[in-house]
Amino acid sequence: MLIVGGGMAACGAAVEAAHWGKKYGVKVTLVDKAALDRSGAVAMGLSAINQYIGLSGRAQNQNTVEDYVNYVTKDLMGITRQDLVYDIARHVDSSVHLFEEWGLPIWKTEDGKYVNEGRWQLLLNGESYKVIVAEAAKNALGQENIYERVFILEPLLEGGRVAGAVGFSVRENKFYVFKAKAVLVAMGGAVGVFKPRSTGEGLGRSWYPPFSTGSSAYFTIRSGAEMTCQEVRFIPVRFKDAYGPVGAWFLHFKSRATSALGGEYMIERRDELEKWAPYGLARPIPANLRNYLGMLDCFEGKGPIFMRTDEAIARLAAQNGGDAKALKKKMRQLETEAWEDFLDMTIAQALLWAATNIEPEKRSSEIAAAEPYFIGSHSGASGAWVSGPADLAPPEYFWGYGNMTTVRGLFAAGDATGASSHKFSSGSHAEGRIAAKSAVKFILENNDRPDVDGAVVEEIKACIFRPLETYGKYRNYTTNPDLNPNYIQPKMYMYRLQKLMDEYAGGVSANFSTNTPSLERALELLAFLRQDAEKMAAQDLHELMRCWENVHRTWQAEAHVRTVLFREETRWPGYYFRADYPKMDEQNWHCFANITWDPATGQWTCAKRPVLHIL
Amino acid sequence: MPAFIIAEKCDGCKGRDRTACMYACPNDLMVLDKVSMKAYNRDPWMCWECLCCAKICPQQAIDLRGYADFVPLGASAIPLRSTDSILWTIRFRNGIVKRFKFPVRTTEEGSAVPGGEFGPDRAQDIDGPYLFTEPASLGVELPVLKK
Repeated sequence: MLIVGGGMAACGAAVEAAHWGKKYGVKVTLVDKAALDRSGAVAMGLSAINQYIGLSGRAQNQNTVEDYVNYVTKDLMGITRQDLVYDIARHVDSSVHLFEEWGLPIWKTEDGKYVNEGRWQLLLNGESYKVIVAEAAKNALGQENIYERVFILEPLLEGGRVAGAVGFSVRENKFYVFKAKAVLVAMGGAVGVFKPRSTGEGLGRSWYPPFSTGSSAYFTIRSGAEMTCQEVRFIPVRFKDAYGPVGAWFLHFKSRATSALGGEYMIERRDELEKWAPYGLARPIPANLRNYLGMLDCFEGKGPIFMRTDEAIARLAAQNGGDAKALKKKMRQLETEAWEDFLDMTIAQALLWAATNIEPEKRSSEIAAAEPYFIGSHSGASGAWVSGPADLAPPEYFWGYGNMTTVRGLFAAGDATGASSHKFSSGSHAEGRIAAKSAVKFILENNDRPDVDGAVVEEIKACIFRPLETYGKYRNYTTNPDLNPNYIQPKMYMYRLQKLMDEYAGGVSANFSTNTPSLERALELLAFLRQDAEKMAAQDLHELMRCWENVHRTWQAEAHVRTVLFREETRWPGYYFRADYPKMDEQNWHCFANITWDPATGQWTCAKRPVLHIL
Repeated sequence: MPAFIIAEKCDGCKGRDRTACMYACPNDLMVLDKVSMKAYNRDPWMCWECLCCAKICPQQAIDLRGYADFVPLGASAIPLRSTDSILWTIRFRNGIVKRFKFPVRTTEEGSAVPGGEFGPDRAQDIDGPYLFTEPASLGVELPVLKK
């Protein structure tokens, strides 16, 4: 069994697969583009765990799995796979309890309960969250079964099932072929598909990590797996520019957000929500609609939007009243909590505050909608269409093995699976475990060794290393290697992709709005780009990695544009707006919009799939 | 520059089995220059400012210069990470200095046992409903759909 990826889902998969693999004699190997300790979206740390149900009474809040499923369904405007969300939710507390065992410091009340930041959220001292989770994965698998700094590019297919994967080392001249009876994809989401707000050096300061580059989507699409919710990009609202988290400010500090003129858009624009009923009337208000109300203020020139941090801290401190000494102590506690929130997970935001002399208890800070991202977690939903679990899934959603894609032997977890939003770090870990157990079961019941065609591997190998060859061949044609008509460098290729997506597919500069002619123009430009991908040039292995990251992004982009075009309505106005279909159409579009690329013909096909609720 | 390396302090991790920052960087940005035997950030435009490099650097040779296209100069955020806690020194542009210390883990480094105190528990049958360590690690019986 091959686990591809190194983040939360891959680490959960490693722990689970190690247990079942040992029991049944299945060898498990993990391959990671980075080093496991600091790989994936939790590399920097996190200040909160955003999915904890509280089934056993260990936290301040106690909820049921059903509560969570209902919340997620409404947050995604009715389009969600309840069977998948239910499955993750019933296992997630187990992952969190393991994290604590392994050494993750979770905040506790005086009587020993987990502190709830919000209904589902727990607060952490989470700087080493990923290091701790990776440590358990490494101890379970053994370092000898883990390959680091190997970038997996292409799936190997054979006889209608997955047969392994190929990639290369980003550190030495080595090409890797992994043959496997099952492959579990957990390579994260896609960043850098759309033009970011910061286009200079701040390009790297994306909300999600710049090293999540669409490799999961690429791998599953290229395998011929059906993809779901490819139109559902996620746009987080964050502290402006450095993208510091807002969750603690809204939930823990109970802060308000207002326009620059002082109006509270969540109150002033409440009537707008009725247009998006029944989801608009749900509480909490779906993430994309909260975005949308703020965007409406900005479109009218009432920006920037401010998080009223000063007011929130003053109010909290006053509630604790008492003498001057008690007040001072409380203020120090709140100040420390505010800074830790950033330092644990977005150091750049702490630096930006320091560089602009912002003390949050004294001054408000700007927040803004970021650029679009592709993730199967958080309030995004894009990813592979996978089978539900045997005991929960309706027949239409079940094909033998939970979390298996529509390609036999190919499993997915975390940001790689779609329509199971709000799994965050902990739920991704739990989903990795679910998928891993299922993959071992698949191997036991389909234990024939896949054969890999050597000629196919050689062909892929030549293709993978072509950018190095291209550079070597043409570099001396001109006097400046950055300016050469025979090739395109990876950074410029990325800018070209980002510009076309931004302008035609509803990015920041298009006010997140698009329409049919724009999307068709995007497809036309994407076709040129895909052709020119063959002319990308790399000076070294690092640039070779950048070239292939761009190819991965491009495929995510195309799946997105085609699916946005297919869904003739506007359902998530705070994520994107179809100006030619400005309303939600429950009658025709209360369904999944899935897309498949056929490896045999190279054709894309979109199809509707029913939304079947289990609750 | 995002994370940059102070030339005077970097010793290229000479005498160690690996170059720490190069090992840690999740985006493959840190490179050891074999001539000067000092590391450098090869692509500041791709740096996430996660400081995984600075936190692991044995020489404390790595610092942060905010993104030049939106962060005014003159501030710093320096971590000092030990096996159980992290100490931050935040220096404002106007000279204010704040220090914070947070725990990072409650157990000894390297000690994470995959099954924790729960063991495999009832996860014995590949067809059964339990994941490794369940239901003990859940603290309740595994929820099933009430039909």
